[in-house]
Amino acid sequence: MHDVVNVAANFINLDAVNLIYLFLVGFVGGLVSGFIGSGGAFVLTPGMMSLGVPGLVAVASNMCHKFPKALVGAIKRAKYGQVDVKLGIVLGVSAEAGVLYGAHIQESIKKAFGDAGSNLYVSVAFVVILAVVGGFVLRDAWKTYKSGNAHEEEKVTKLAKWVQSINIPGTMVYFKSLNAKVSVLFTIPLGFATGMLAATIAVGGFIGVPSMIYVLGAPSLMASATELVIAFVMGVGGSFKYALHGLVDIRLAMIILAGSLFGIQLGAIGTTYVKPFMIKVVMGVIMVIVLFSRGLMVPVYLSQLGLITKLSDTTVKALKSTSFAIMIFALALGAFIVLRAMWQGRRAERELAAKQVLEHGKI
Amino acid sequence: MAQYGSKKKKPYGMLIITGIISIALYTILLSNQSFFNDYFSRGGLYAFLPIGTAFIFSFVHGSFTGNFWTVLGIEAAKKKEVK
Repeated sequence: MHDVVNVAANFINLDAVNLIYLFLVGFVGGLVSGFIGSGGAFVLTPGMMSLGVPGLVAVASNMCHKFPKALVGAIKRAKYGQVDVKLGIVLGVSAEAGVLYGAHIQESIKKAFGDAGSNLYVSVAFVVILAVVGGFVLRDAWKTYKSGNAHEEEKVTKLAKWVQSINIPGTMVYFKSLNAKVSVLFTIPLGFATGMLAATIAVGGFIGVPSMIYVLGAPSLMASATELVIAFVMGVGGSFKYALHGLVDIRLAMIILAGSLFGIQLGAIGTTYVKPFMIKVVMGVIMVIVLFSRGLMVPVYLSQLGLITKLSDTTVKALKSTSFAIMIFALALGAFIVLRAMWQGRRAERELAAKQVLEHGKI
Repeated sequence: MAQYGSKKKKPYGMLIITGIISIALYTILLSNQSFFNDYFSRGGLYAFLPIGTAFIFSFVHGSFTGNFWTVLGIEAAKKKEVK
């Protein structure tokens, strides 16, 4: 981390192919982020590393593209009235603390068990959290779809109703997205967990968004939009921390940003065309697919740590490539669902407009 | 899509202006890579350089991309419940 002098020497050469690759991955990542509030980072960091970028520089540069992207997305979605700035800042600040603590844990694990230990920890965190949260989100979306209530207002969960009913004097804050007062003693741990996850698997939103929906009682659209505020707050702090050590490759960050700003605008527009449960569908689908991608890597790290029989180089290579391919597939599928939902929404709007014109005889 | 029955003026002027500034920023960045790599990775107080740059790019390129989709006719739904 402190080899600042050597960092610049580690910055890769950028040719046209690399530029286009980063731009495109940035675009797809941005599209998904604009829609569900986060995502993309889990592909971008390994994507950059596949170009030869050192791990820490990839993480730092990814973060430095994330906060300006989140800012643009948050502003766009605030125009649609979907952002709860206060909730975003309250959660964002505690998330910042979570990021620092998460990074500290990462460093300790790395010191004690080396790179393979640290990678194993990250993969297990991925698999466990995505299985539990992703499975829950997807199941909820599926239930909404099956029940035929997709058009109705989302119901606040029992847990959220309980959280909103608890009154702890001196800690209560009103949040417009919840239309209720909630104690910050509930929001602080949620923000902290979001930050810890962001520091561990680079996508805090996989905790942040579901916790806003299911624990605090925010509507899906507002939760995913508010996540952009959290990502911005966390991203500025995190980027600055990395920049202090000279780890940000501004060229990488800005090229990814070039693509992702096209994507995030489109993803944000997309949210205005879809039913709220689509946010859960996209998020759940991505989480569950990424879970398999990371799950494949667990045996690799276990074998590196000598906990299971050593895998052959060919097997390791095959598992790594498959894992990366599945991750790209997850992101691409997420982007496809967003675009399709948006396309259908736009078509429905056009048909409605045409019908109205016909009814009023204004042809 | 513009408002039903009425046509909103599209921001062609802004698209061109922000587009030119955005392209200029990227040209400067990519044609002076060694300069940026050198100064931006010095750490310490130099940390403000990448952060500031990110804000400038997000402002300019963010406006450009926003105008880009507007000019293409891709805008937010006019009604929340579309059916």
